[in-house]
Amino acid sequence: MASITFREVEGSSPKYWMLFGALGLFVLFGALAWNTMHHYGHVVTGMDNQIVWGLPHVFAVFLIVAASGALNVASIASVFNKPMYKPLAPLSAILSLALMLGGLLVLVLDLGRSDRLIVAMTHFNFKSMFTWNVFLYSGFFGLVGIYLWTMLDRSVKTYSKAAGTAAFIWRLILTTGTGSLFGFLIARELYGTAMLAPMFIIMSFAYGLAIYLMVLAAAYAWTGRTLGDAVMMRLKSLLVVFVAAVLYFVVVQHLTNLYFAKYHAVEAFILRDGGIFTSLFWIGHIALGCVAPLAILLSRLGKQRSWIMVACAFVILGGLAQMYVTIIGAQAFPLDMFPGLNEKSSFFDGEVHSYVPSVPEIFLGLGGVAIALLVTTFAVKVLRLLPASLDDETVAKLEH
Amino acid sequence: MSELNQNAENAAASPERRRFIGAATATAAGLAIVPGVMLYEVAHGRAEDQAASSAVRWGMLVDATKCATGCDDCVTACNTENGLTPVAESAHPKQAPQWIRKLELQDPLTQMETNLPMMCQHCAEPPCVDVCPTGASFKRADGLVLVNRHTCIGCRYCMMACPYKARSLVHESLNDTQKPDVPRGIGCVESCTFCVQKIDRGDGTTACVEACTASGHNALIFGDMNDPESEISKKLRELPTKQVRADLNLNLGVRYHGI
Repeated sequence: MASITFREVEGSSPKYWMLFGALGLFVLFGALAWNTMHHYGHVVTGMDNQIVWGLPHVFAVFLIVAASGALNVASIASVFNKPMYKPLAPLSAILSLALMLGGLLVLVLDLGRSDRLIVAMTHFNFKSMFTWNVFLYSGFFGLVGIYLWTMLDRSVKTYSKAAGTAAFIWRLILTTGTGSLFGFLIARELYGTAMLAPMFIIMSFAYGLAIYLMVLAAAYAWTGRTLGDAVMMRLKSLLVVFVAAVLYFVVVQHLTNLYFAKYHAVEAFILRDGGIFTSLFWIGHIALGCVAPLAILLSRLGKQRSWIMVACAFVILGGLAQMYVTIIGAQAFPLDMFPGLNEKSSFFDGEVHSYVPSVPEIFLGLGGVAIALLVTTFAVKVLRLLPASLDDETVAKLEH
Repeated sequence: MSELNQNAENAAASPERRRFIGAATATAAGLAIVPGVMLYEVAHGRAEDQAASSAVRWGMLVDATKCATGCDDCVTACNTENGLTPVAESAHPKQAPQWIRKLELQDPLTQMETNLPMMCQHCAEPPCVDVCPTGASFKRADGLVLVNRHTCIGCRYCMMACPYKARSLVHESLNDTQKPDVPRGIGCVESCTFCVQKIDRGDGTTACVEACTASGHNALIFGDMNDPESEISKKLRELPTKQVRADLNLNLGVRYHGI
């Protein structure tokens, strides 16, 4: 097998520092947003006692789900022994760590008492899926960290497969845990199903890979390194499979619900009458997030790199729309405490709840994205994560 | 000393006076001790160092047929007892905590209307306690579902899990309506406590029940569901009652008649 040279990006150009500065600015905005929310309380957000998890959770859960998905490229290399993916693995690992960090920061900074994070780290209720997630997230950092170390340090290279396998199994459990945050809720019609765990796993594959592809292409384009079509086309085909699988899961979930009379009202809300949620579902999640990327990637457009990037961006935007519908849409539909009866109260029972995210929430969420990208940008400068070249010839040698 | 002796002599000399003192002492002692004993027996008030007992299960019976349209005395009483700002006075009504609310139900087919108060149902199997990552949501031995204000991190997972929308997050700094025996705080989740401070004082009832009784509606009865002789247990044996979302099998501490 041919060897691959990994090299840090130089990171001294004005362009690099402009990117670094721009991302840093968004991290700063995120910090200011948190400070505002922490100082005044959640009264400055669009969240209330009806919509209790808002836009920060959309970003946080999206980033956490995408984080485990971004590790897939590395998993294919080590767990499934595909040599072509080996040079792509270190970036995959660092990106997954960075996305996880960004998601977790948004999650904990949105707590009503974010100053009590230490309480969450010292008091556990093992019947809570949240508690399990605390361990799953920490374990993820540990295992992916070790895995990355085995990839970067020749002296421990022999443990790479073992570490990669452990990280792969862990990430599957982790996303099961993330999906089960919602799957283990009995109160709301759209939650409380085992379907959410595997669906979140397949969504993580798609969102993580789309982000990975965009970061990879940007890194190679901006550093003037060669990224051959062989890599792009292979990863593109993988993305097609993942996006199609997401679409399959979503269709099956809604078709199943439509069969049950007790879900008719909530399904009508999401699919037909839900206003912004219906638009986000059909236009955002289905059309933009699934159908358009499939159409692009499966047609002749899919041979052009710029169109692959467009498809990836659509998958990411569709993913955010999906999280918005999954998290906020499910809360917007009123709880059905008395089936068949109309409910009215001072606590907005029986009403569809409206939600408009406030500026601090938007910047807190974007801050999480920015910190993930900032960590990645910095990591590729200080660590040898990117192959000096991924031209078709070099990649072809790996296969033989 | 001589004075005392003199008094003693007087007392001994007057049997009538002695009987009076004896009776007065007994009455005073009785007045001092009996209420304590009675409260313990009747309302299960307990000393501060004594743990809540699972021999008791506090519960409430709501007779929706007696709950009057337009009356919200229970809500007002709850706000006063627990120091909540009434939602009508709040600058942010959607974010204002509400521990108890009046729910108006209507059957779209028959037009039949029903009124009832909705609050924490104090489940025996509370989903909020299951999902709480830090264990801040807990169920006390006597059935009260409470939030430990010291360990609640404001994650709102309990609010996502509650099928009754019983919980509220304190979205902003609290004003000076707070009560010393009802600790609350910004960023924490809270809900109906069955007036735990009153129960622990030995009142044996809640502010909403007192208000409903005072208004003459008598739609609410509170008591120990484990005690077969309690008023609530007797009523629960007489009246057909239902649990809201009984399909979830959470074994609720609040039972409704007339729904």
